[in-house]
Amino acid sequence: MGRGRAPAGGGRRRGPQSRLNEANVILAKEIIGRYPKARSATIPLLHLSQQQNGYVTNDAIAHVAELVGATSAEVLGTATFYEMFKFEPVGKYLVNICGTMSCQLLGADDLMHHAEARLGVRAGGTTADGMFTLEHAECQAACTEAPNMQVNYRHCHRMTTAAFDQLIDDLAAGRLDGEIPPHGTLARIRQQIPADKAAGVAPPDAPVEPAWMLAPEATS
Amino acid sequence: MLGRGGAGFPAGTKWGLMPAGKYPRYLVVNGDESEPGTYKDRLLMERDPHQLVEGCLIAAYAAGLSQVFLYIRGEMPLAHERVAVALNDAYAAGYVGKNILGTNFSVDIVLHWGAGAYVVGEETALIESLEGKRGEPRLKPPFFPAAIGLYGQPTIVNNVETLSNLPWLLVNGAQAFTAIGTATSPGTRMVAVSGHVVRPGVYEIVNGTTTFRDLLYGDEFCQGIRDGNELKAFVPGGGSAPWFTPEQLDLPFEGKLVGAAGSMLGSGAIMVMDHTTDIPTAALTLTRFYAAESCGQCTPCREGGTWLERVLQRVVDGRGTHADLAQMMEIGESICPGAFPHAASERLGLAATPFPYKMTTICFVGPSAYAPVHSALTLFRDEFEAKIVERRHIPVSIEAVGAH
Ligand SMILES: Cc1cc2nc3c(=O)[nH]c(=O)nc-3n(C[C@H](O)[C@H](O)[C@H](O)COP(=O)(O)O)c2cc1C
Ligand code: SF4
Ligand code: FES
Repeated sequence: MGRGRAPAGGGRRRGPQSRLNEANVILAKEIIGRYPKARSATIPLLHLSQQQNGYVTNDAIAHVAELVGATSAEVLGTATFYEMFKFEPVGKYLVNICGTMSCQLLGADDLMHHAEARLGVRAGGTTADGMFTLEHAECQAACTEAPNMQVNYRHCHRMTTAAFDQLIDDLAAGRLDGEIPPHGTLARIRQQIPADKAAGVAPPDAPVEPAWMLAPEATS
Repeated sequence: MLGRGGAGFPAGTKWGLMPAGKYPRYLVVNGDESEPGTYKDRLLMERDPHQLVEGCLIAAYAAGLSQVFLYIRGEMPLAHERVAVALNDAYAAGYVGKNILGTNFSVDIVLHWGAGAYVVGEETALIESLEGKRGEPRLKPPFFPAAIGLYGQPTIVNNVETLSNLPWLLVNGAQAFTAIGTATSPGTRMVAVSGHVVRPGVYEIVNGTTTFRDLLYGDEFCQGIRDGNELKAFVPGGGSAPWFTPEQLDLPFEGKLVGAAGSMLGSGAIMVMDHTTDIPTAALTLTRFYAAESCGQCTPCREGGTWLERVLQRVVDGRGTHADLAQMMEIGESICPGAFPHAASERLGLAATPFPYKMTTICFVGPSAYAPVHSALTLFRDEFEAKIVERRHIPVSIEAVGAH
């Protein structure tokens, strides 16, 4: 699909799809409604925009700012703090190889060298076909399974060079489409809070002592 | 119940620090797990999300917390999905949300996504991040989150493993819990052992009594060092912790004893190095991590961390000088003035320097960039020396040149 592929000329993709589309605006409003203050939804909405466009566009930043009631500068300031937000197109698959201690002790450097050779790009680069971006990453909370890597943040444990080649072949052939969505899609299952089941937000300026603290009831 | 996030602070005491009568109060669940070596919270979220949801409800009910925010590290989509399914099921069944099980207990648990920043795991940075800002730690004291936290309200920040213990505790009672372990360190905890052991893995150990030797060599645990190799060193409590050597193997998992011996239990992450390990290179992977993760607020961390990394990289690359080794200690001194904790070494005739240390930074990221360098240089200086190039004098006689 080449979703993250850089358009010819290397310029950023512009146009109406950079703002959140209609379905995503509905979702964004639902997410905002879960927080006592709209600005708390900034990171989830940036993820939503990245899911839609493959990376965070300027238009999306402006749109998220409108939705959460902040300035574009504030949203940009937040966005740039976090490693996962990309401001340029990246490959359909982001390949992150962990180089922190536990993985380094068990061969992360060899894995990285192999990956660079196999993909033909240095860490930080994207393959010419727009399929893979290779990155040097830090501890992925999988240290006992070293050496580790992630593809679009899906963990791949106890990697070998042979397993790496197989994985790249499978991804390129589309054999893992069901398991690993394109870059930007974080979780494929979202939290749903049905309106009739929601307890509702607890706004900081409404100092209500919770009902169960005032009159505890026994549960059966 | 001691917190399992790193600081080992008693959970009950923390809950009691909230000012009486001030509402609403919030619970923020710390699922940002990213300390090097640490792997347990992701496992708990992926494999037993219901236990965590129950733990959140128990905490909310007991401490009068009106809303729960479950902050999960962004780079863990599977954990997000599993927790989302657990929450969706729980809402449908009436276990979470409005009038839980028909009572007047109502609380929402909101699943929140992180986006990749180690320092956000620090509790005040977590709160900033949850407010939609850059994840920069707040200066504390004066105000701890229990008094002034999310949106300025009393907020409890607890680790995923801490909360996951609560359902068992409630079902089996405090007596059953304190019957395990020791008086100062009750219960069990999860530890991740990685690196050069035969059977790396996440294990549940008994607090206060299980020793590092039991864990690294025991049959039910790691079964020794790979290939019958010698143990050279190990990091006992996550990347921030000063290192131990085989001399400290008989210490139990007891915070005070480990602190007196010059390190900390931290986040329950043990990284094991056998005798084939290149110590300066291993230290570099950690220093590079903390230097990269500095949020940039404090000069000693922002500049010192990067500087440490560069000098160490130079030494590892074989381009370092003896002055570089002294310089690394000097940079460390500017981040942590005074004695820095380290383990005892009979081989080197060194006594232990106990915890804690002084620091010139807001949070522990700055000191953590120095900790691996300090440990490695103190305990394995010979390996650094071996990488130093001898800059010999160029054999040209000045007189001869002048006489020309
Ligand atoms: C730089 C830094 C990173 C931290 N990262 C985490 C983390 O990823 N997860 C966590 O639970 N605690 C982390 N902590 C500790 C938290 O600040 C806090 O003490 C903890 O979440 C409290 O929970 P507990 O009392 O249940 O242990 C970190 C602390 C610092 C200074
Ligand atoms: S010590 Fe480093 S990470 Fe922590 S607040 Fe200061 S600059 Fe930020
Ligand atoms: S060091 Fe690679 S996953 Fe932790």
